[in-house]
Parts: sequence; C-alpha cells; structure tokens
Amino acid sequence: MEEFGLLMQGFAVALEPQNMLLMLVGVVLGVLIGVLPGLGGANGIAILLPLTFAMPPVSAIIMLSCIYWGALFGGAITSILFNIPGEPWSVATTFDGYPMAQQGKAAEALTAAFTSSFVGAFVAIVMITFIAPVIAGFALRFGPPEFFAVMFLSFASFVGMSKGPALKTVCAMMLGFLLAAVGMDTVTGQLRMTFGSTEMIRGFDFLVAVIGLFGISEILCSIEDGLRFKGQRAKIDLKVVLRVWASLPRHWLLAMRSALIGCWMGITPAGATPASFMSYGVARRMSKNGASFGKGRIEGVIAPETAAHAAGTSALLPMLTLGVPGSPTAAVLLGGLIMWGLQPGPMLFTEQKDFVWGLIASMYLGNIAGLLVVLVAVPWFAAILRVPFSIIAAIILVVCAIGAFTVSNAEFDITLMLIFGVIGYVLKKLDYPLAPLVLALVLGDRTEEAFRQSLLISEGSLGVFFSNWLVSTIMAAGFALLLWPLISWLRGLLPGLPARRVRPA
Amino acid sequence: MSMERGLRTGAVEIGTSLAFALAGAAAIWDSRRIGAGWGAEGPQSGTFPFWIGLFLVAASIGTLVQAVRAREESGLFVTWDQLRLVASVLVPTTIFVAAIPITGIYLASAALVAWFMHRLGGFGWGRSVAAGLATALVTFLVFEIWFLVALPKGPIETALGY
Repeated sequence: MEEFGLLMQGFAVALEPQNMLLMLVGVVLGVLIGVLPGLGGANGIAILLPLTFAMPPVSAIIMLSCIYWGALFGGAITSILFNIPGEPWSVATTFDGYPMAQQGKAAEALTAAFTSSFVGAFVAIVMITFIAPVIAGFALRFGPPEFFAVMFLSFASFVGMSKGPALKTVCAMMLGFLLAAVGMDTVTGQLRMTFGSTEMIRGFDFLVAVIGLFGISEILCSIEDGLRFKGQRAKIDLKVVLRVWASLPRHWLLAMRSALIGCWMGITPAGATPASFMSYGVARRMSKNGASFGKGRIEGVIAPETAAHAAGTSALLPMLTLGVPGSPTAAVLLGGLIMWGLQPGPMLFTEQKDFVWGLIASMYLGNIAGLLVVLVAVPWFAAILRVPFSIIAAIILVVCAIGAFTVSNAEFDITLMLIFGVIGYVLKKLDYPLAPLVLALVLGDRTEEAFRQSLLISEGSLGVFFSNWLVSTIMAAGFALLLWPLISWLRGLLPGLPARRVRPA
Repeated sequence: MSMERGLRTGAVEIGTSLAFALAGAAAIWDSRRIGAGWGAEGPQSGTFPFWIGLFLVAASIGTLVQAVRAREESGLFVTWDQLRLVASVLVPTTIFVAAIPITGIYLASAALVAWFMHRLGGFGWGRSVAAGLATALVTFLVFEIWFLVALPKGPIETALGY
C-alpha cells in the first residue's frame, strides 16, 4: 500500500490553501470555458498556460487540470439548456438532455449529467491511482525503440479507430509532424523547412496552433449558423438534487459500463467524443425501450456524460506514465510539463513524487469542487449565453490573440494563430480530424528523437524495432491498427460481400 | 436538392488535398537538400521529415483520387450567405491582427469589440465604443498591472508613459 501513503501526501499538497484557491479558480474558469463556444479545454488551457510560468509546477498543473474538469462539466450545461454542445464530447448529451429540458425537467437532466460526470471521473481517477504507478514502473525499462513503438501505436490507433476517412487522418497527422520539424534541428543544429524565413526559425509552437485550430475556427463555424441562443431556464434546488440522487443508484450498471467504455477510450487516444457517442449507442441498444431514447430519457444523459468524463480523465494516464497524451487537452498539459522543466514519462513517478501525487489528489478534490460549483451556479453560467454573440465573439477573439502572443511574446504568432484558424475551419468542415494533428505537433520532436536514437543503437537497421518481444508486440499491435482500414476497404472490394464502405458525406 | 448556391465541397476537397500534397513535396525537397540519409553522426536532419513528407504526399494523392471520384455527388461546402457571415467576422479579425503591431493590442481590441457590437449586434455607436474601451481597460489592468505581462503597445500607451 505504498500508493496509499503517497496519495495521502498528495492530499496534503493539494489541500494547501493556495492550491485549494487555485483549484476553485480553475474549476470556475473551466466551466466558463466549457459554456462559451470557441473556447474549449484544449485552447482554454493553451491560452492560460503562459500565465502559470511563475507558479510552482504542482500549483500550475492543479489549476490547469481543474480547468479541464470544469470544461468537462460545463459542456453539459449548454447541451441541455440550449441544445448547443459547448464541447464536442457533449453532442451526445443533447440527444436526450435537451428534450428533457423542453419537458420542464432541465434541473433533473442537469443534476443527472453532473452527477454521472462525477461518477465517470471518479472511476477513472481510482483507476489512475492504482494502475499508473504499475505502468510507470514497467515503462522504466523502456529504451528509445520501445518509446518509439508506443508513439507509433498511439498514432496508428488514430488511423485504425477514427470514424472519419483513414487517409484524411494520415494527412492531418503528417502535417502535424512536419510542422513540429520546422525550425532548428535540436540534434545537428541545422535549419529545416524554414525556406529562408527568419520567423520560421523558432518553429511552430503547438499552443499557437491549438488556439487557432480550436478557438478561431470554432468562432468561424459558429457564425455560419448566424448564432442565436435560445435556451430553457433552469434553477437547481436541493429537493431536485436529492430526488435525482435517490433515483440514480438504479442505473449503476449503466454507469459502470459507460465509465469502463470511457476509461478504455481515454487511454487509447480515441478520446472523450467517440467515447460519449459509443456509450450512448450501447446504452440505447441494450435498453429494453431503446426506441424512447432521444425523447428525453435520463439514461441518455447518464451514459454519454459518464463516458465522456471518464475518457477525459483517463486521457491523463498515458500522459503521466508514458509521456504520450490521450487527448488534445492532455497534449497541452504535457506541453506545460515540458515548459515547467519537467521531463514527462515514467521517471516522473520516481523523481517528482510530490508533483504526480499532488496532481492525482487534486483530481479527486477538483471533481468534488466541480460538482458543487456547477450544481450551485448553473443559472449564472447559463446567463452568460444570454449575452449577445457579437460581444462574446469579439472578446473571445481578443483573448485568443492575447493568448497566442503571450506564448513567446511574438507578434508574428498572432498572425499564425489566424492562419491556423482558417486552416482549422476548412479542415473541420471537410472531416479532417484535428486531434491527430495537434498530437503529432506536440509529440513530433520526441517521436523523431526516439526514432533517431533507436537507429543510432542499431547503426541504421530498422530491425531494432523488432529486436525483442516487448517492442515487437507493441509494433505489431500498431501495424494491425494501421492496416485495419485497409483490410475493411479490401473486403468491401470483394464481390458478393455487401460490406461496401460508405463514404461519409 | 436545395436551391441555395455556394462553394461546392468537391472543389474545396480537391484544393485541400492538393495543398497537402504541396506541403509534403516541399518537405521532401527541403529534406533532400539538407540530406536525408545516413551521416557521420547517424540519421541526417532530413531523414525523418523526408519520410513524413513522402507519407503526406501519398495520403493526399489518395484523398485527391477519392475527392475527384465523388466530385459529382458532393454537396455545398458553404453557401454564399454563410460565407458572407464568416467574412463579416474574418475580415475585421484580419484587420485587427494586422493592426496590432501598429496600434498596440489595446486600441485594436477596443475597435474590434466596438465594431462587432455595432455591425453584428446592432448596438448604437455610443454603447459599442464604451464597451470596447471598457474591454481594453480591463485587459490592461489584468495583464499589465495584475499579471505583469507586457502586451504589444502602440503610440497612445507610449504617450501615457507605458
């Protein structure tokens, strides 16, 4: 029970008054970010990251991860009250949440959503508490080939598991790798792909890319529909909360199943959004009255919310133990670790015990704080969406510009942010996934480093990636995932098989 | 079929995949220039980007073929009306970004907020300008005074002694 002692030490760190305050600030900011269109977990944290350089790393990560929890909670508010998913992972929540609100059961839907979010997160945190040290201990034996293999596996799983066209996933990912390589090569000091421009020598900072791809592009997409917010009103009182809580234990099986789906999808970099859809789909299929889903069933709120929050939380597991983030937001947090001077990966668990366990303890506390904040303050957060979009949009654009500038005090970065915004708008509308692009941009340098070090060990032979059972297994799993779309495509070509792949419109 | 007119998805698909292919080709060309093989100290600087560029070109050609095949049945990427709305946000934002190095971020932000409120929100000039100035002031207090983060400043701030 060494973990238990370390966890208690972590609680001591997280319970310091300063950290408690940051936790609360983080949760409130996070809910705000989750409610506002154009600001999400990933770019909200990207904007605030430069402001945390002066803090101790553990305080900084507590605040930023609490923003993430807050954003996960906040997405449900707009889905249920306004039928507008504040975050992509709350799309599935609108299916039954909004009908419930229309029937005057908004408070019930919100309470169920928040509570099941909390349950999902809680399951994921318990899992992280006990599994993370084991994985980290195992990964201590990894050399460069194994690390490359893990990165290969996580990128391959994007190709194999994404619902969109596989080739587009590859395009987006490769673009991310190329952007990561621009600038000075850290090994030889040579300039790469700068094409004579001095601005390019610094390379592309992924924070700037995230702010543009997720922030600016979201504003552009929202304005297309000529955004008018029309929402239901809701006030949660204690009676409703207690009544819903009393009815929730009936759905424990559903909640557990959704939490497990979420944990699995969060560890593999599929992410919270597919997790919420999958969990909703499974819940509908396994329910006795599946036909009434979409008309305001409480199960239709519980399933996606539990899974999304479990996935969002467990995305931090591979980030902490292997240095491979499971979601764009985890990728931004990983970028934060590097900036605060911490080396992500299994060594964190041995060298930065206070940091790791402080973070894990703050996950427990931050989610409790989040639950309380959203239950109490729902009407105020919902009131924000009654501010006209013209004002909100302008302020978000200003905030994004400031965020892009403060990353490295460069005015050119604001221009880059705008370019990334337009690129993101086009790619999003064409069904190119943005998450692999961001992950490749964050992990590009370290993937390349692992690749080059491996080749140095083997003196240029690619056989090093199959030199022992461990690395071979990981690589084989990666290839299996990578070839999966190809196999299903080939099967579709065979005559007599009706499994022809349908192109998404 | 709707009667709405606009930019067709097929055309944008083809354009985007060509742009991806071009980026890949540029990476291949530049990597070949700096060396993409085995050097004195292991893999040369261009090795990794060279292969990435190659994969990018291959994947984008695949996307291009699919896009060309599906061109006929593709719908609208964006209607002209929608594009006008997007432009009503994008054009002022571009001017805002271009103005920051000249006027500083505070004045540009005030102007952006005022413009958005007046043109997109239908507020009167008085309230719009007031809200713009208030945004700039709050931003100034938060960043310059509270967080001690220096943001781009222009002639007005200089005249005021910052």
